[in-house]
Amino acid sequence: MKQLQMFRMVFVILVIGLALYFVFPLDKNINLGLDLQGGSHIVLECVDSPNAPVDSDAVNRVIEIITNRINPEGVKEPVIQRQGERRILVQLPGMDDPQEAEGLIGKTALLEFKDQNGETLLTGAYLKTAKTSFDRFGRPNVILEFDEEGAKLFEQATTKNVGKILAITLDGQEISTPVVQEPIPSGEASIVGQFSVEDAQRLALLLRSGALPVEVKILENRSIGPTLGRDSINRSLKAGIVGLFLILIFMVVIYKWFGLVADLALLICMLLMMGGLAILNATLTLPGIAGIVLTIGMAVDANILIFERIKEELQMDKTFRASIEAGFSKAFVAIFDANVTTLIAAIALLYFGSGPIRGFAVTLSIGIVVSMFTALVVTKLVLELLGQRLTEKALV
Amino acid sequence: MNILSKADIKFVSRRKLFYTITGIVILISLISLLFQGFNFSIDFAGGTLIQLAFKESNVTVAEIRNVLGEMNLASSTIQSLSNNEFVIKTVQVELPERQKILETIEERIGVFEVLRVETVGPVIGQSLKQLASLAVIFAFVGMIAYITIRFQFKYAIASIIALAVAVLIVLGTLSILQKEISIPIIAAILTIVGYSINNTIVIFDRLRENLKTKIRSPLGEVIDLSINQSLSRTIYTSLTTLLPVLALYFFGGTLSDFAFVLLVGITVGTYSSICIAGPILLEFDKKGTISAKKIPASTQKAVEQEIKVVKKVKKSKKKK
Repeated sequence: MKQLQMFRMVFVILVIGLALYFVFPLDKNINLGLDLQGGSHIVLECVDSPNAPVDSDAVNRVIEIITNRINPEGVKEPVIQRQGERRILVQLPGMDDPQEAEGLIGKTALLEFKDQNGETLLTGAYLKTAKTSFDRFGRPNVILEFDEEGAKLFEQATTKNVGKILAITLDGQEISTPVVQEPIPSGEASIVGQFSVEDAQRLALLLRSGALPVEVKILENRSIGPTLGRDSINRSLKAGIVGLFLILIFMVVIYKWFGLVADLALLICMLLMMGGLAILNATLTLPGIAGIVLTIGMAVDANILIFERIKEELQMDKTFRASIEAGFSKAFVAIFDANVTTLIAAIALLYFGSGPIRGFAVTLSIGIVVSMFTALVVTKLVLELLGQRLTEKALV
Repeated sequence: MNILSKADIKFVSRRKLFYTITGIVILISLISLLFQGFNFSIDFAGGTLIQLAFKESNVTVAEIRNVLGEMNLASSTIQSLSNNEFVIKTVQVELPERQKILETIEERIGVFEVLRVETVGPVIGQSLKQLASLAVIFAFVGMIAYITIRFQFKYAIASIIALAVAVLIVLGTLSILQKEISIPIIAAILTIVGYSINNTIVIFDRLRENLKTKIRSPLGEVIDLSINQSLSRTIYTSLTTLLPVLALYFFGGTLSDFAFVLLVGITVGTYSSICIAGPILLEFDKKGTISAKKIPASTQKAVEQEIKVVKKVKKSKKKK
């Protein structure tokens, strides 16, 4: 075996090994997009209102508040990002109810202290912080700490209502109805209710984050339940397998043993594509799967070009080995130019596309690069290794 | 299997026929684009989409339409995906109202699972349209630049014309059938942009190679030869690409429309690469610069002198 050939073989095996290492287990290493695993993609815009004009600070505060609201929901890997001046992108994977996310973000979390007549004496606007603790009976409670002004208002409220109920409401719903024992001047209060530790933590978070400082409008909400996502995966997987199978057969029918070598290259191409996705930590979306399915079809193109060229060379009465050599070298320029122009379109998509489209562009781009490698390097290597065992009859 | 290897089809001499057929199809497309326009999905037009799967399977579109009608949403479109799955598209509805719609449907028709909720404001659609146009422009400029560097500017323009033909016919088909233009459809169209040019490049690459050896043959003949030499590859590749796309079309669910655009696009793109790209190139070569470019300077001069002599002879003949 020639040294160069040895080098190429080691390289190919290394690449395949690397892909195998990064790809498996599949479900851990391939990130699924929201459209496949279910989830919500929401774009918010902060809008000016007469009392609360939007500034950079307000947008950051909104992001902070939304983050606080989402974290206790146990959402895995949420994305909350500022987009441009006033927009915020929120991505929440794995929400069961497509309506839930919007509700969560839209929550106002307005805390009010009301006397028996239903008059509001104090609101969460004066809250400095809120945290969870346990009272002396071991019950979880929420400790509130007011700012200076809030402390004064709270003192007044408690003074006026000694022996009476001071209801604490959140978004208009009563969460606790304590009876005031004595005036509280310290600006500290605790809410003891019928809640678990988790409930208390969640409430504290909600209160701490408080109401959004500016009005927020939902520009876009794409929420997909897990059922639809699973259905999409199954359908496209089926399409991919059927398509792959048809091509594997097609190549063998047209190019016989050479077709089988191309089939091997195609399967390796699929593996490397998944490896590429895993290494780049890219997200697989539904259009991304379409990109893979399309790549299955386009990947064999380079091999078709080469094999057709080999056939032509054979017709010019060249020897079999010389024809293979000439086929590869003459087809190379066409393969290279054709793939680069396609790559230009894919990069245009990558650059200007958003969300799922970017997913499509990613798989398409990876597919173009990887299929060139498998068609040119892997196919040639396998043909060379088969060497003398191959005759003209293996192709024509 | 060698059906196509000996093909010798005279594409160039039939170019008037191809131009006419293509022209008519493009004209029909343009008329539809002008008068019918596109059926934009909520991605671009804005609105709300709700996909529901009822637990029972005897729900009808009319029942849902009745409920929506009572809520002043009579103009909504309701699409039945299977006997219990429906897609409802309305104008943009905010969360509280949406909740009310869903509650009413549940009360009046039956229990369901919400599979998907999408609501898009008009602002988003506007910026998407801009991004999509930018993507197309970027792709076109990038391709023209690359082909000009690797070939010649004329090749670039001929490729882009063949490409534009394919894209126009795809857009026309979408308009005639009033298929919804959504984000995945835009991605499919851009794929056609990339794919269709791929076929043209392979033919032009062969032409570039042939021009080096066949100096004395007329350009038209060399173009025909190049198309024919690449013909089996072009058709096989189109077939292998169509196979998985067909599978996607039949099994794809939400991807069916995406696959449909690719089916039309790949077919039309293959046609325009074979029948339009090469012949158009000939139209651009009245001065004969394409065949001369790849000839070594010394030969080129000799050929030019020869041409001059021939021209002189012709002129003198005319004078006589």
